Parts: sequence; structure tokens; C-alpha cells
Amino acid sequence: MSTFLFAVVSGILFGVFFSLMAIGLNFAFGVMKIVNLAHGDFVMLGAFGAYYALSTFGINPFATMIMEIVVFLVVGVGLYYGIIPRLLRSDDPEMLSLILFFGISQVIEALATLAFGTNPVTLPTNALGQLSFQLFGQAFESSWVISFLVSVVAIGLLYVYLYKTKMGIATRAIMANRDEAAASGIDVNRISAIAFGIALVLAAIAGTLTPFMLGGIYPSVGVNLTITSFSIIVIGSLGNPIGTVVGGLVYGLSLLLMQTYLSSWANMVPYVLLILILLIKPSGLLGKGARNA
Amino acid sequence: MRRNKLSNAIILVVLAVLFILAPLLYPNQSVPFQMMAFMTLAQGVNLLYGFTGYLPFGYVGFFGSGAYGVSILVLLLHWSVIPAVIGGGLFAVVVALLLSPLLRLSGAYFSIGSLAASEIVYYVVSNPNMQNITQGPYGVNLAGIYDPNTSYYAMLVILLIFTAVVMYVKNSTFGMSLLAIKEDPVSAAMAGINVVRRRVAIWLASAFAAGLVGAVYGWYVSVFYPSSVFDLTISIFAIVFTLFGGGGTVLGPIVGTIVLYGLYNTIGVSSPQYFQLIYGLLIVVLVMFLPQGLTSLLKRRGINVP
Repeated sequence: MSTFLFAVVSGILFGVFFSLMAIGLNFAFGVMKIVNLAHGDFVMLGAFGAYYALSTFGINPFATMIMEIVVFLVVGVGLYYGIIPRLLRSDDPEMLSLILFFGISQVIEALATLAFGTNPVTLPTNALGQLSFQLFGQAFESSWVISFLVSVVAIGLLYVYLYKTKMGIATRAIMANRDEAAASGIDVNRISAIAFGIALVLAAIAGTLTPFMLGGIYPSVGVNLTITSFSIIVIGSLGNPIGTVVGGLVYGLSLLLMQTYLSSWANMVPYVLLILILLIKPSGLLGKGARNA
Repeated sequence: MRRNKLSNAIILVVLAVLFILAPLLYPNQSVPFQMMAFMTLAQGVNLLYGFTGYLPFGYVGFFGSGAYGVSILVLLLHWSVIPAVIGGGLFAVVVALLLSPLLRLSGAYFSIGSLAASEIVYYVVSNPNMQNITQGPYGVNLAGIYDPNTSYYAMLVILLIFTAVVMYVKNSTFGMSLLAIKEDPVSAAMAGINVVRRRVAIWLASAFAAGLVGAVYGWYVSVFYPSSVFDLTISIFAIVFTLFGGGGTVLGPIVGTIVLYGLYNTIGVSSPQYFQLIYGLLIVVLVMFLPQGLTSLLKRRGINVP
């Protein structure tokens, strides 16, 4: 019984972390209707940032996180203006964006391999700080609990941005209908550029936590992280930020329960969940009606 | 039509002569072998992507199924080589049939869904619990049927067959109906085209190509591991070569493979990251400036590309 409870609580801790990892992908999709296949590679870059800052300069991961927020926001806005307006004008933006971001993901992976090598790097799990947490008589890794808390705060801030600020409301207007938002005087490109920046920032925050949650980091891990994120947002419905949290929890719980009881098959979890949801309820658990990608 | 037939015949003859002569001129036979393998895979991707718009990131799943199909048929059922190779290709067709509900998805969903499906096949094959059937993660040894020369020509035959299949599809009403479905499935259905059946047919043909290539590849190398025959790089190369040359043409995947696989052999074997960097940048440039691939440069000038 205690094994079961441990798996459930860990599943929730991991699930919320996975939600954070996936939510940027969902946000970018919601605003621009593009699938950022390089999402996992940005998470990987965030993780390497945390690794080098800590192991070379002794910088605390939280300080790295703040620096990365600035850097990734700038990169995201720049990337948006560099490619996306042109892409959205083409005749098949959805497929072309998929191929384009696949190219970007290959470029990032290649550069990361040249810079960091192919060997996995790890960070000591106590580098995030100590925080004792006990539930049902079980002690949980403090890095898991801290990552969980950071994820809750980051997702909460995204929620506040979307629902309580003027720019957030404009963002949601674009998510609902890009053309009508433009017609009603919203600067669609500026808002979308910031949204893409925020999507990368969320990836970077998840990235700085990744070495503590998932262990070894290596350049080609990006693809797996992209598929995991995509599975989560499909489970929870595309374009729905709350859905992503549901998707993350479903994924985290399934993963931890599989690791506890059927560990040799646990690697398949994201893929099987993705296929099942795509084939049985393609609109996701919280989805309403049809949707196009 | 007549000119098409002539240029198609020329392409087949040139390919045959090129790859018969290649091992004599080039010291390392495995380079032209792998070039043929990737060319056939690229034509397989071309069948699906060029004519239906489905981009299968998980294409390698069929390649791996073919390789493991051969190993199961040879090691467990003691079939002889040629039937086992064909059986390996049919393994991939069976996998494709099981995965055919994926065709209900479109665009990015299909691409990533097929990637997930191929990962599932990989994890099933490489699972230690499957050791009795697939040897799990420990790899397969087919030393008993090792025969690099015969398998080299078998690959050439498969390459020529599937190049011819692409030629047929491109010039037949079947291919035109696929293009009609790609443009607008609803109108195509109203014009009396059985959308589901034709999509499934081309999906199975494409899987058969990859299965046969995987089967012959397994025969050629004779020792392989799940991680080597389900390597995502195989899908990626086949897709990139097709996109680079241009989908929906016979020549596109051939040109793409010769140029990029040639480049890979010049710089990529010792430092694959540089090659990855180059083709990553190439894809970005292509999407931004030349989304129909290299052959569209000729098409724009009014030159008919077979």
C-alpha cells in the first residue's frame, strides 16, 4: 500500500512538472497554430544552461533560471519575427512549420552536440536546496518537491498573464481568431512574438529543473522531451492550458505507476498514451468538438 | 506520355548501371549499398508524402520490422533467405495494417502519432521480456545467411522495383486520384474516389518498401541491434532526402539521396554533428525559400521533371 501511495504522490509531483514542460508547446500552438518540434530541444538547452552555470561557475539554479528567462524571451521574440510571419503567409503553414521546426531542432541538437558532447551530464539532486517533505509516512526527494512548487508558480503566473492582464486578454483573442483579433486593432505580431517568447521561457524553466527530475541530460534527449510534451498536450486537449495540467497529471501518474509495477515497459507510456488518445478521443480529455493542427 | 516512358526507362537504366559499377569503382561496397537503401526509403516516403501529404516521422518502424521479420523467419522458423526477405517486407505490411487507423489523423498529428507508433514497436522488440522471439536488446546475429554480394543485388532489385512503382503511381489514374485526395478529400470522395481504400493502399505500399529495405539491410549487415534498425536517424534521412529533392517526383528523392548521402559520406561519417547542422539549416532554408524541393527549380522554368 505504501508503495502505491508513494507512486501516486510522486506521480502528482512529476505530473505537474511535466505539465510545465509541455505548457509552452501548447501555448505556442494555441496562439500561432504551429507545432514547435524544437520545444524539447529548448528544454534541453535550459537544462545544459543550469548544468554549466552550476558546475563551472557555481551559480545557483534559481539564478540561472532568471537569466534564462531573459535570454529565452529575447530568443523567442527574435525567432518569431525571423520566421513565423513569413510562414503564416504560405499556403500550408501547418505542415511547413512542422518541417521548419524539425530543421531547427536538428540545428540545435547538432550545435549542442558540438558544444557539450554526447555523454549524459548530471547534477547533484541537492543543488536545488533542501526541503523536507513527508506525506503518509514517506519522505520525498526535496528536488521533486521544489520542482513541483516552481512548476505550480510558473503555471499560475501564465494563468494570471492570460486572464488578468490586458496583453493576456489580447493573446486569448488571437487564440480564438487571429484575423478578427487583427481587425479589432490588436497588434497580432507583437502579441504573438511575446507569446512565443513566453513559450520558450516556460521551456527554459522546465529545463533548469530537468536535471533534477529526469537525471542525465544529453543533446539528443530533446526529441524524447518533445514527444512527451506533445503527448501531454494531446491528452489534455490542444490550446487549453488547464487541459495541459490534466494531461501532465495523467502522464505523471501513469509513468510512476508503470515504473513501480511494470518497470520494463515504462518507457512506452508516453507513446501508448498518445496513440490511445489520438485514436479514441482525438480532441483530448477536456476537448470540445473538432480541432485542426 | 511517350516521352515520360522514355525518360523513366532512362532513369531505371542509369540507376542500374550506376549501382552495378559502383562496387567496382568504389572500394567500400557498403557505401553504395546504403545509398541504395536510403534511396529506396526516400522513394517510400515519397510514395506517401509526395502523393498524400502524410509525413511519416515513424517510417523507421517499418524498416526495423522488416529487419526483425527476417531474423524471426530465419532463426525461429528456418526459412531460406529470399522467402524470408519477402516475409520480412510483409511483416512491415502487417504492422502498417495494424497502424492504419493513424491515417484518420492529419498533419502534425499523423507525423507525431506515427513517430510514437514506431517507438512502441521499438520498445516491444527491444524489451528483455521478448528475448525468446527477438533476443530483446541484445541484438540479432544472422551470420548463417551472411552474403554481402547477393544482398547487394537484392537491394538493387528492390530499388528498381520501387522507383518503377513511383513512376507508375505518378503517371496513373491511381496517382492522380491520390493527388486529388491530397488537395481536397471531400471533393475527391464526391467524385467517386474511395478515399480510405486508396490511402490505405499507398500506406501499405510505402510500408512494404521500408520493410523490404529493412529485411535486405538485416541480411546485408547480418548483425544488428534494435537501437540500430529503429534509429530515428533513418526516418529523418529518408524524409530529408525526399524533401530536399522534392516530393511527388521520381527524380527528387534520387537527386536528394545522391547529393545529401554523398555529402554525408564526405563529412558526416567522422563528424555526424556537422552533417546534422548542415541538413538542419538546409531544411530551414528550403521551407523558407523552396518548399517544393530542388526539382521545383526546374519545374518553375517549365521543364518537365519525371
